[in-house]
Amino acid sequence: MMAFAARRETESRVAAPPVAGALLSVRDVHIRDRATNREIVHGISFELAPGQVVGIVGESGSGKTLTCRAVLGILPDQLVVSGGSIRLAGRDLAELSVKEWTELRGSTISAVFQDPASYLNPSIQVGPQIAEVIRVKKKVRRREARDRALELLRSVRLRHPESVYGQYTYELSGGMLQRVLIAAAIAADPQVLIADEATTSLDVTVQAEILDLLADLRERTGLAQVIVAHDLAVVAQVCDEVLVMRQGDVVEHGTTEEVLYRPQHEYTQLLIAEHEQYGLERFLDIPREERA
Amino acid sequence: MSARSVLEVEDLEVHYGLGRKRRRVLDGVSLSVSNGEAVGLIGETGSGKSTFARAVVGLVPFSRGRIVIDGQDISQAKARQWRDLRRRGVVQYVFQDPLRSLDPDLTVAQSIVEPLLIQGISSAEAEARARAFLGRVRLDPELLGRLPGELSGGQRQRVSVARALVTEPKLIMLDEPVSALDSSNRVQVLEILKGLREAGVGLVFISHDLGSVAGLTDRIAVLYQGELVEVGPTRSIINNPQHVYTRLLIDSAPTLRSAAAKRSDREQLRALLHT
Repeated sequence: MMAFAARRETESRVAAPPVAGALLSVRDVHIRDRATNREIVHGISFELAPGQVVGIVGESGSGKTLTCRAVLGILPDQLVVSGGSIRLAGRDLAELSVKEWTELRGSTISAVFQDPASYLNPSIQVGPQIAEVIRVKKKVRRREARDRALELLRSVRLRHPESVYGQYTYELSGGMLQRVLIAAAIAADPQVLIADEATTSLDVTVQAEILDLLADLRERTGLAQVIVAHDLAVVAQVCDEVLVMRQGDVVEHGTTEEVLYRPQHEYTQLLIAEHEQYGLERFLDIPREERA
Repeated sequence: MSARSVLEVEDLEVHYGLGRKRRRVLDGVSLSVSNGEAVGLIGETGSGKSTFARAVVGLVPFSRGRIVIDGQDISQAKARQWRDLRRRGVVQYVFQDPLRSLDPDLTVAQSIVEPLLIQGISSAEAEARARAFLGRVRLDPELLGRLPGELSGGQRQRVSVARALVTEPKLIMLDEPVSALDSSNRVQVLEILKGLREAGVGLVFISHDLGSVAGLTDRIAVLYQGELVEVGPTRSIINNPQHVYTRLLIDSAPTLRSAAAKRSDREQLRALLHT
């Protein structure tokens, strides 16, 4: 299984841009629980070039969220990166001080998660919370921070940015809140955005709006992204490259086409079979371009 | 249609709130389900899909319309008739989150036999049946003594399906039955439900995500802002949707086929829907 994963990885590297240009480079990262001395993630590797989008798929407990947390430097206390290396914009993350980490977060790497409401203060209007991020990270005056926050709310396609600016979390829908969170995440112009199950609890039509927004941001600004989801179809829709994780192992890694059309591992095959049998795919007439 | 209807809903209207806050949640919804038929009731948050399901099992009063379950008109049913209907267990309801719908203080065995004890069946026989039904949902009889908190999400959902099955219902309302489950568990639950459909049970899948249940349904009904905007065979709804909302819904559903090309289509549909 591991030999196979390694082979696929080499294949995908051929298509990927040269490693030297990678913004984020995760190499054979292992994560261990210090309390139980159990290894939870058994080696994950991927490279993220500017403007590239990589997807990680897996069930709860597969290690996908912990990998993101390791990359963001926010692993829970008892967990440590026990092997491998993570390099972000040319710097080895293991060597960063707390202060350096704080500088990097937001301005180089940023993230959005599931349940956006829990990342905002319910007793402060959402707009000023974004403006505050800009004021601190960009070191600008309040007035300028406010203008920039409004501009961001507009850029995440909120229909009425001025009124959203003055609203509280309870007044906004899940989809609107996730847009606000994305606006806050990109406020300091990061080069990498991690979206961990960011569309999971949303209605399907709203999920598509958020995924379209992420694709739009990539086109407009070249924002590189790591998209984490439990649904292979979500990841396939927006990613160039896909990793499938199971119980801490990467069981499949390749370009989206490789993973979708030539899956090697039985778990990936199960994910695809589920869609083919129980999903929309079962009834979809084959589109013209795929008939050849 | 030769198959008998297990559910006939005509012109259903439901209101929530009182006085000036009174608002209509369902407006003239008509839908029927035959023996062994699976219907997907699809809609977004606030579309009224759960209200529909709740009205059918008598958890929500309706202001207009007619509901007939297994030939019995329950529109004018008194509390006693409702109790009788529930006791017979003709219609059952499976909720999204089994951790909240199963009594945390009852063991798996107690949860499953409860509907039978209410029917007056002896506890020895109830236990034997519970054991049999646990097998039908592919759970180890060893789990009978466990509490819901000691089970995985997938096991819990299968216990709630087993509990719904013991009364041999003619109709099961399933409210997002697989949304909270991981892939491997999801496939197991879907396979069990497929078996039920083949055994002649009528199923109503309530979901915001057509993609998660489409493969098991014969027909799809699309609910939007309290109104049924489209009903039809699953294949034709998916390949030839008519209403703007249905078109957006189909174009938004993540599939393994290339969906990126649909981005501009979605933009147009959203603009149409919001004008």
